[in-house]
Amino acid sequence: MSLKAFHLLFVTASAILAFGVGAWGIEAYSSRGEGGTLLLALLSLLFGAGLVVYGVKVRTKLKGLGVQ
Amino acid sequence: MQIPYTVEPRPDTGVYNAKLGIWLFLASEVMLFGALFSSYVLLRVGATTWPHGYEHLNIPLATVNTVVLITSSVTMVMSWASLALKNLRKFRVYMGATVGLACVFLVIKGFEYAAKFEHGLYPSESTFMAIYFTLTGLHGLHIIGGIVVNCYLLGPGSKMWKTDPARFTNRVEIAGLYWHFVDLVWIFLFPVLYLL
Repeated sequence: MSLKAFHLLFVTASAILAFGVGAWGIEAYSSRGEGGTLLLALLSLLFGAGLVVYGVKVRTKLKGLGVQ
Repeated sequence: MQIPYTVEPRPDTGVYNAKLGIWLFLASEVMLFGALFSSYVLLRVGATTWPHGYEHLNIPLATVNTVVLITSSVTMVMSWASLALKNLRKFRVYMGATVGLACVFLVIKGFEYAAKFEHGLYPSESTFMAIYFTLTGLHGLHIIGGIVVNCYLLGPGSKMWKTDPARFTNRVEIAGLYWHFVDLVWIFLFPVLYLL
């Protein structure tokens, strides 16, 4: 497996983690009412969305570079 | 004597030798961290009570550290892509950023450890704290190892760019594969230790 493929796998895992943290934060806010966890959830969901966009873009870009 | 298959793939494996070597090494690392993760699961399942990580650990700091490591993986790939574009200057910028972000991670981890020690939370405090310090400490040692390798590639190792650029690019790819593995371990550690 090349670095390019491993990077895409890593970005996918990171995006899943970010959405997971988002879900955890929302659940923690609804059960314990901690405002900080809601902020963490929103930021994580935004970060996860950013990672998805980045993953799609970097895939195209590295393909354009011709790196394996 | 010329070392074979440093650039071109070996016909029987389909990859150059260093790449086969790093994947064999990473397989041994999977076994090391896998054993520790299994220990964690067995200890947790067997315990009558187990503390939630978020009650004892600093989630905001760990979240910042997660973002720092993800960003460092991006800069690592950029440094490798810069060499593929034959741009050594950009490689230095991105590799320097990778090393800098790794140092930021360790500094934040240091603050986290210091806070634990201030509150009297040592590995001997509980099974949870013992496995927390073991897993994050071992991961921290891997980060230090990555910093050493990346600093070498950034400094004296980059002389190879003048004599054998393709081989140097492959060396950076190998370092990148290691770095991604170390970051991926953190992607598993963070939710397991801090959130669950």
